[in-house]
Amino acid sequence: MAAPQTTDPLLEEISGPTPRQILRKRVRGHTGLLFGLGVVLLLVIVAILAPVLAPHDPYVQDLTKRMVKPVFMGGTWEHPLGTDHLGRDYLSRLIYGARVSLLIGAVAALISGIIGTAMGVAAGYFGGKVDAVVTFLINVRLAMPVVLVALAVVAILGGSLEVVIGVLGLLLWDRFAVVMRASTLQVRRREYVAAAQAIGASTPRVILSEIMPNIVNNLIVIVTLEMAHAILLEAALSFLGLGVQPPTPSWGLMVSEGKNMMLFEPWLVLIPGVVLFILVLAINLMGDGLRDVTAPENRS
Amino acid sequence: MTAPVLELKNVAKTYRVKQGLFGKPKPLTAVNDVSLTLGRGEVLGLVGESGCGKSTLAKILLGLEAPTSGQVLVDGEEIAGQDRLALARRIQPIFQDPYSSLNPRKTIADIVSLPLRVHGIGDSASRAKSVRETLDLVGLPARVLNTYPSQMSGGQRQRVAIARALIMRPEIVICDEPTSALDVSVQSQILNLLNELREEFGLTYLFISHDLAVVEHLATRVAVMYLGRIVEEAPVAALFDAPRHPYARALLNSVLTPDPAQGVPDTQLGAAYPNPIAPPPGCHFHPRCPFAQDHCKAAAPRSVPVGQGHVKCHLHDPDTPMYRPDFTV
Repeated sequence: MAAPQTTDPLLEEISGPTPRQILRKRVRGHTGLLFGLGVVLLLVIVAILAPVLAPHDPYVQDLTKRMVKPVFMGGTWEHPLGTDHLGRDYLSRLIYGARVSLLIGAVAALISGIIGTAMGVAAGYFGGKVDAVVTFLINVRLAMPVVLVALAVVAILGGSLEVVIGVLGLLLWDRFAVVMRASTLQVRRREYVAAAQAIGASTPRVILSEIMPNIVNNLIVIVTLEMAHAILLEAALSFLGLGVQPPTPSWGLMVSEGKNMMLFEPWLVLIPGVVLFILVLAINLMGDGLRDVTAPENRS
Repeated sequence: MTAPVLELKNVAKTYRVKQGLFGKPKPLTAVNDVSLTLGRGEVLGLVGESGCGKSTLAKILLGLEAPTSGQVLVDGEEIAGQDRLALARRIQPIFQDPYSSLNPRKTIADIVSLPLRVHGIGDSASRAKSVRETLDLVGLPARVLNTYPSQMSGGQRQRVAIARALIMRPEIVICDEPTSALDVSVQSQILNLLNELREEFGLTYLFISHDLAVVEHLATRVAVMYLGRIVEEAPVAALFDAPRHPYARALLNSVLTPDPAQGVPDTQLGAAYPNPIAPPPGCHFHPRCPFAQDHCKAAAPRSVPVGQGHVKCHLHDPDTPMYRPDFTV
């Protein structure tokens, strides 16, 4: 067989942007991701700087100034978003409430992420009996209604920030496990995994350094989705009186406390509701955006 | 032939295949009673249809799968009890698809230096030097070090895969169809590179392919595999001039010629590839063999030495009624 030396490999151009450059370009062009990222970052900063930013103490009651209207409904700048039924400054409670929501979202997603990723990756990598056990556990978990179980546990243990975080963290790992299992199955068949094994790399090394970098983008998307999920569930539990206990400021609790006055002072429910909506929307937009920008080259 | 560097003795691999949810698992013999010997510096071409067990055999040799029975010996030592790291220093693979064999999240420097890091060889400076030397060896410039596989062409990627396989200077390289995913012009570059590297380092190749032209170009010996068995094994010239097994003949006839007027060659194989879970009785090849007789359905052929090779066919076995010593097809 004659060798047609059409191109000298040394002269062949090694071209194209690096994966990082491609990522940067895609992020810049993705409005939804930028919006989501911006809002989430803003809220994180607000939550961290709550003591500086809040105009009043969120716990101090002033019964002489109950249900002052917010400034856009004819109130004063003394209380920009008005006060609640105990005369506490609504803006300050909203700012401190961001701490609760973000903390619960982040920690619950972290706990369930660790559980679900470990299970899913083990199932996808080892297959066989491990996979059968994990798949069974996922099915068991999916058969349990989250809100019902959470209500029961909180009713037994009593509601507090720690209990809510723990319950949600131990309940929300199902999607992590399902997605990580599928992603691992897909990546495991690639020849670079076999190549690493043939080199003699240990199983933890193959999983951590060959498989994980290729499935971490899916993981980030699920983290954002489950964060939003946990934040909404906390609000629901608090609304039902089984989540964070008063007087801790929590957005779900604020909706709950305002609901008696909903027909006369609708902003009491509207303001925390809208903020909750914006946070969850922003997190979901961020997750969708991250999925889009980290998708393989042949998709857009 | 020099002392054998790689020896397979009656290697077999059986998988249990489950049929349906409640079906009883049935055995699938992917590799059946394979015995091969490779001398140092030899290139054994392993050819056969898709699904005949070539890649399973490669996995066994790489230690990724354990054989169900039989022995694999490297330099006379059995690999079954050996440490995976020790085996990895002696045998390295080059895979078929360079788009799948390089981790897309790693730089070329990371990929090529992985064997050194796994084996804890040298410090970072000596590793970097070794990576640069090996890249130079496979014809890649040092500036590719910090690029990613997605920035390279198929031929360049395959050079990276070769560099990774060779950086620890193994004795044996298992090439699992290393050129089938590449353009024809790039194929020849890679084949010539493999040939040069073999001469320079005295490498031994097991070259798995279904491209007979590639095997003829590179191999010194050829083994023809059918349904998990080696049906014929002979020096490359002997096999290509006078194939003894009817299946080897059919394979050689199936090579397409550049002249379209000749049409698609007729292999006379007729029937489809048999189900490996329920292989035909007697000689596995008899339903597709134009020379099959009743004896072929009754008894499995044994391995008979013919010339400088071996063949598993009743036509070459003096103990059968079908014996035709002059039979070359």
